[in-house]
Amino acid sequence: MTDSSEPLLRIESLHKRFEDNVVLAGASLNVPRGSLVTVLGRSGTGKSVLLKCLAGIVTPDAGLIRFDGKDLDASTRADFRRRCSFLFQSNALFDSLTALENVALPLEQTTSLSDAEIRERTLEALKQLELDAHHDRYPSQLSGGMQKRLALARAIVTKPELVLFDEPTAGLDPLRRNAVFTMILKYQRQFRFTAVVVTHDLDEALIASDRVALLDGGKMLFEGPPSAFTTSTDPVVISFRDSAAALRESVAELRQTTAAT
Amino acid sequence: MLAALGRPFLRLLGGMGRMACFTVRSFAAVPKTRRLPRRLLRAIFEQGTRCLPVILIVGIFTGLVLGLQGHYVLNRFGSESLLGALVSLSLVRELGPVLAALMLVGQAGSALAAEIGIQRNSEQIAALETMGVSSEGYLVTPRLLAALIVFPMQTALFVLIGLYGGYLSGSAMLGLEPGVYWSAVEKAIEARDLTECFVKAGTFGLITIAMCSYQGFYAHLGQGIGARAVSAATTRAVVLSCVLVLALDDVITSFLLHR
Repeated sequence: MTDSSEPLLRIESLHKRFEDNVVLAGASLNVPRGSLVTVLGRSGTGKSVLLKCLAGIVTPDAGLIRFDGKDLDASTRADFRRRCSFLFQSNALFDSLTALENVALPLEQTTSLSDAEIRERTLEALKQLELDAHHDRYPSQLSGGMQKRLALARAIVTKPELVLFDEPTAGLDPLRRNAVFTMILKYQRQFRFTAVVVTHDLDEALIASDRVALLDGGKMLFEGPPSAFTTSTDPVVISFRDSAAALRESVAELRQTTAAT
Repeated sequence: MLAALGRPFLRLLGGMGRMACFTVRSFAAVPKTRRLPRRLLRAIFEQGTRCLPVILIVGIFTGLVLGLQGHYVLNRFGSESLLGALVSLSLVRELGPVLAALMLVGQAGSALAAEIGIQRNSEQIAALETMGVSSEGYLVTPRLLAALIVFPMQTALFVLIGLYGGYLSGSAMLGLEPGVYWSAVEKAIEARDLTECFVKAGTFGLITIAMCSYQGFYAHLGQGIGARAVSAATTRAVVLSCVLVLALDDVITSFLLHR
């Protein structure tokens, strides 16, 4: 029987290196059921590798991943994949399939539902993400935001308990970034899945998340609610949190120096 | 010196082993692949329609040249009546399977390697794996099975068109009696010639599509991910497939001739 107080996902001391490059050096994280946890960190600190270790795309060198009270290994991986979805930074949509076919793909390939049931569930998912009018279009015919929603529709059509988001707002302008975070939050509340979001967008993370974690140097330097993050005295947290202020100071100094010369 | 020679050889052996495992995994995925007939039909349609024009064009010109050269050579010995036998046996036993396979590699194989390479590049293969879908089963298995059907069919078409090309140059252009030509064709071809033709076509189909799929699937292993890696993988797929066709042709011919 599953203990409901236990986190849905627990990562303990995860290690991963690529030749001489140590990416994860004992990263740990707890993800409570139904929560939205954001993993923050500078570019290249191993946030995406952490997520890929969870999804099984990258094999960790050492460490433990527990999902719903069970250690994640070869015997439990298939069950994990049925209950978890991954939303890629690039969306990873099949460009030769229409929107409808893209969303239907996981149902067609992993369930024994009839064609009619698959179509019904796929159209329902597209409708919930306001894409039903575009069901016969190819991904290249959709805008960036619509592609993101389509990828989310594909991720939620199997009704997963856990959705992993890899930099969902990377490369987007501030307005689109807000829209994507709002969308994630809205559907996370609506479908009641647990979400792990990897990003380096601090403001959105602090506003939308239930918990925040900061990955730096291969380890999780901070893990807790956003309120604790804003008051933390850890120097790395402070430097990450106050990066905008530091930029302002640097620019002001530079302007003063330029004016003096 | 020994290390310099040994390293590429070991790399080659490793690559062959990986490709063999990849092909076995793709076939082993048959029972687990859902909605396989639908994807198989789609793969047959793609491979078939993509290659049909080039098979027809190369087939007719091969037959025309064979007819001209054959008539010229046989005429020296007063044996023009054997033109049908020469054209048909050349096409059925050798040129049909080999040239059709090379055309199919150029058209369908290169497109397949590039398509799968791009799917690797844009994380579509990783997406399948996170969904719990066998990427080999979904992407490769239908293509391999389709090759076992399409290559023999296209080869048969190539041979038929080639025979007609031989008739055009031998009879219509150089005046050989049509009856003499077609009767020599009928008498020359035996069941064992057709067996050799279709054994070669099936083997070439399987090996070349496996090679092209493999190169696309592992496009990221050589030069990392990116457009350059996909282009290098496509080039490798076409070159190695062509070499394999010619090498295997020699091996199969040696075995079947001495049965």
